Amino acid sequence: MANMAQAIRMALHYAEENLGLTDVFGEDVGPPLGGVFTCTQGIQSAWNSPLDERGIIGMAIGLALAGQKPCAEIQFCDYIYNTIDLLKIAGNTCWSSNGDWNVPMIVRTPVGSGIRGSIYHSHSFDATATHIPGWKIVMPSTPLDAYGLLLAAVLEDNPVMYLEPKALLRIKGEELIPGEPADDKMLSKMIDAPLGERSKWKPQWPALEKYVVPIGKAKLVREGLHVTVVSWGRTLPLAAKAAKALAENEGIEAEVIDLRTLWPYDWEMVSASIEKTGKVLYVNEDTEVTNFGEHLIRRTIEDHFYKLLAPPRLLAGKFVPGIGLADNLEMASVPQLKDITDAIRALAAEQP
Amino acid sequence: MSRPRLVDRKEEKSSLGSLPAELLIRMHDLMVKARVLEERLIQMYKSGHGYFWIGGPGEEAFNVPLGLLMKKGQGPAYDYLHAHYRQSATLLALGESPIGALRQMKNTATDPYSGGRNFAGHFSKREWNIAPVSSPIEVQYAIAPGTALAQKRFGGDGITIVTGGDAGTAEGDFASCLIWSSRPGNELPILIIVTNNQWGISTAAATQHGEKHISDRGRAFNIRSRTIDGNDPVTSYLELKEAMEYVRKERKPFLLEAMVSRLYGHSSASGANFVGDEPDCIKSFEERLEAEGVLTRAEMDALRKKYTEEIAEMARQVRDEPQPDGASIYDHIYWEKK
Repeated sequence: MANMAQAIRMALHYAEENLGLTDVFGEDVGPPLGGVFTCTQGIQSAWNSPLDERGIIGMAIGLALAGQKPCAEIQFCDYIYNTIDLLKIAGNTCWSSNGDWNVPMIVRTPVGSGIRGSIYHSHSFDATATHIPGWKIVMPSTPLDAYGLLLAAVLEDNPVMYLEPKALLRIKGEELIPGEPADDKMLSKMIDAPLGERSKWKPQWPALEKYVVPIGKAKLVREGLHVTVVSWGRTLPLAAKAAKALAENEGIEAEVIDLRTLWPYDWEMVSASIEKTGKVLYVNEDTEVTNFGEHLIRRTIEDHFYKLLAPPRLLAGKFVPGIGLADNLEMASVPQLKDITDAIRALAAEQP
Repeated sequence: MSRPRLVDRKEEKSSLGSLPAELLIRMHDLMVKARVLEERLIQMYKSGHGYFWIGGPGEEAFNVPLGLLMKKGQGPAYDYLHAHYRQSATLLALGESPIGALRQMKNTATDPYSGGRNFAGHFSKREWNIAPVSSPIEVQYAIAPGTALAQKRFGGDGITIVTGGDAGTAEGDFASCLIWSSRPGNELPILIIVTNNQWGISTAAATQHGEKHISDRGRAFNIRSRTIDGNDPVTSYLELKEAMEYVRKERKPFLLEAMVSRLYGHSSASGANFVGDEPDCIKSFEERLEAEGVLTRAEMDALRKKYTEEIAEMARQVRDEPQPDGASIYDHIYWEKK
């Protein structure tokens, strides 16, 4: 099965061939490197830009205004912060022109911890992104969803922020992308650029098919009766793993939802699950103060207060200025498997 | 042009004879119309028919020829304009009615640029490739290379025009524009304009900028550059025409710095009162038109009177138009397929 980086690459290829994607660009995105995480290797429309994040976002806005379909990359979301006012413009152009202009652009950026990236390669961006109206914000946790959400982003008429959990980029999926060969060694031979000299290399793309994950639809990863766990990105597979172990070993049945789209989010699915369990834990790794999970808690309280069996909980990154390099520092800063397991167990045990 | 020229033509007036009388009369007409519009907007602000005024009185001699020379239309075959908020004269020269600006000043639901959402002078008109003006200074310089790249690809002779003020060139977006417009092998068809009024709100440019001319910064990127007297409509017309022809044909960037005046201060925040110590481009143009027998004083007075009456009548009409409904705040957050 493809890993997430390969899935993104295949989606970009499918989109440039079939869906009118015109530009895949950013720092080191074009040949020879094809992206620091290899996500853009072999993409025809990929090109290298100056080392200028504001220039990258501005270029994407301009291309979109002129009818192109750009997908810009910010190499690490840690470096997207100096573009915030341009992101605001992309998000407000339709509204401030009273519906006259739209900005159909995509920004891809790797987010979060998990590669021992220290202070400037571990940031999250979901809390900040969800403060910018006018965007649609997605964050896959599997290669298949990465493929399907990226095709949806290309088909979208509005700006889409596509957050890539960098810890998951190298993780292989459990589901085949339509058209992907079943043998991953063969896939690697077909679409991974060789190390070293690669100027003559060309990918052999499999016969990919259209597969769209609609923006705004969450995914029920695991059914359960006792606790609802809502997560996205890096912490989602950890939540699923924790829930599986708790079910097998302790009889705690957690329902796990992968939100997938942060805005506009699938409240219908989350809400129905809270109705059923009466308990909800939100898990993500962005810093916990003014975290998007806090918004979801507000919504939970307003809509479900009288049916809740325990206070809604948030497990998120610690509110500290950065994620330190040393193993212990990173582990102490953002939720790990044990933290999630403990939080689910504790919530399941809470009695009114 | 064999090589980039950097000239300060402040003292050097082009002869009126370099342009046909018909064009001189048309430019004068539009300059007066734009000035009367701005003065009406200021008056609306002062009499409580708007919350804030910002605009371009003092830039008409440059902004009118710019509008006249633009290739107007929608899509990459036509010129894109990424303007700043002192550009009403360009819009009028393109053929826009002044009533839209009045509606935006009064923030009515009928405001054609933002539906009562944005300040005066914040134009937007997709039908003519006028990208929405936004208040952050200089962001348009980061965005403009995008439309220019689309046009480079498209071919034809459509170009991208971006304008901004001198103070904002201190922002990194101006450097971004120079870099992205001049990538070797990917030079862009973009006319980069700075209207230099030598002020950033209350701060004099000379106290903050060490470069002699802003246009000098183009030289580092091999961008053809020039500084011109933007208070002279004839010079402005001829220089803009030459620069635009170069960009249209060569598909390469050009940096044009136009020295202009700021006749009513930065905005209503600084009072919006006439300043007497800066050159007034309409006054000097009218003296020349009269001296060379193109127009008489009486004709010019009559023109101003005509526009004053027409625009006052429009302002009266706008005064009674409805404000946007509060419930409309959720409209157009996302694009609706048309």
